[in-house]
Amino acid sequence: MQDPPIARGFRGKRPPVGNDRLPPGQHLTSDFPVLSAGPTPTTRLDSWSLALQNGGALLGKWSWQEFEGLPQTQLKVDIHCVTTWSKLDTHWQGVTIDTLLQAAGLSAPPQPFVMLHCDGGYTTNVPVKDLINGKAMIATHYEGTPLPPEHGGPARLLLPHLYFWKSAKWVRRLRFMPHDEPGFWESLGYHLYGDPWREQRYAGD
Amino acid sequence: MPETDTTPAEERRLLWRTVEVRQVIEETARARSLLLSVPGWPSHRPGQHLDVRLTAEDGYQAQRSYSIASAPEAPLLAITVERIDDGEVSPYLAGEVRVGDRFEVRGPIGGYFVWTAALGGPLFLIAGGSGIAPLMAMLRHRAAAGSHAPALLVYSSRTFADIIYREELNRLAAASDGPRVVHTLTRQQPAGWTGATRRIDRDMLAETGIAASARPRIFVCGPTSLVEQTTPSLLALGHAASLIKTERFGPTGGLR
Repeated sequence: MQDPPIARGFRGKRPPVGNDRLPPGQHLTSDFPVLSAGPTPTTRLDSWSLALQNGGALLGKWSWQEFEGLPQTQLKVDIHCVTTWSKLDTHWQGVTIDTLLQAAGLSAPPQPFVMLHCDGGYTTNVPVKDLINGKAMIATHYEGTPLPPEHGGPARLLLPHLYFWKSAKWVRRLRFMPHDEPGFWESLGYHLYGDPWREQRYAGD
Repeated sequence: MPETDTTPAEERRLLWRTVEVRQVIEETARARSLLLSVPGWPSHRPGQHLDVRLTAEDGYQAQRSYSIASAPEAPLLAITVERIDDGEVSPYLAGEVRVGDRFEVRGPIGGYFVWTAALGGPLFLIAGGSGIAPLMAMLRHRAAAGSHAPALLVYSSRTFADIIYREELNRLAAASDGPRVVHTLTRQQPAGWTGATRRIDRDMLAETGIAASARPRIFVCGPTSLVEQTTPSLLALGHAASLIKTERFGPTGGLR
């Protein structure tokens, strides 16, 4: 394999944190950039609901009030966007997927994969093992305040160990499925799994 | 959202390719276009982007995403980079780089924020600042492909001098069947300016825009504030959410 060409005169800014927190090809930002493919949906809380499905069968459904009544968890995590920014020590509050499964009376997830369905039509696929054991939540608060719509409010998935396109904004439905299937960006050339530490940005990475 | 191109996912790995800078165009005081020769470039569709990777002498690397500004028909690949003062990559690309320099790119990436002449029109483009870049790829492609699809660009810049591609936009607009181009200058206007002077809002879109009944394909690219202000207006004017595609960038991180 050929060495990459040296960009003459490029010095760059070395990140102030150790490599143990910044995945390959990422850089730090203190901003919280917004990336989404279409208009920001506006869903009224009184018509909002979150549903859990196994194929076509409904496993559980919560109104906003019911959802807010579920046990809350707080997480402090680093997040990594495929467009190469990373943000450290972000604070979130919401309901873990473990809590959600419990609230639906499930002792174990019924299928190994999940498709997330969102307002606006966005979808993304995630293996169940990446959602459970405290790894992911449906987040409703960011840095102590309700999640703003452009950042996915009222509720988004928070799945910090995968690239942030997996942390679907405006999530409304989690559908269990027996096989992995590509969601929206995964059908458009992005990686099916999206592990930032293995730099799985695009199909074939 | 789900009106999507049906091009299948690119399954083979996107390779890093070494590019050579062939031409540098100073677009504004803060923005530059780099024209790149990319051996083996697999072509792209207007609206797609690429990743740039810079390697320093000690092996340190930095990556960023930039929209492709050139039409697929153009012999050289173009990106337009606006300098962010405390940035890492943009001050290099928009300041240091000169003809003959080499770095790496891979792409094309993204298949949603895309328009080709085959999709037809009308084409309704809304840009803020350097968010014009992917929309320029669409307008350049429209011209190169000889498309007659009605097209409109509403473009918000801070000042007259900040308008990127100003002369080329004038030329495109002056051509028979050229796009209609509407500028608004939000911070400062030259003497005698008769155009709009405020941020793009619902009234401006209603007065100058393409009617929702014509079902235009709408592409909005600019800072988050512009996208968040214009898309609700578009929806209020009756445009279908599925026909509105957005791409956003901020001072850091986002595309570009």
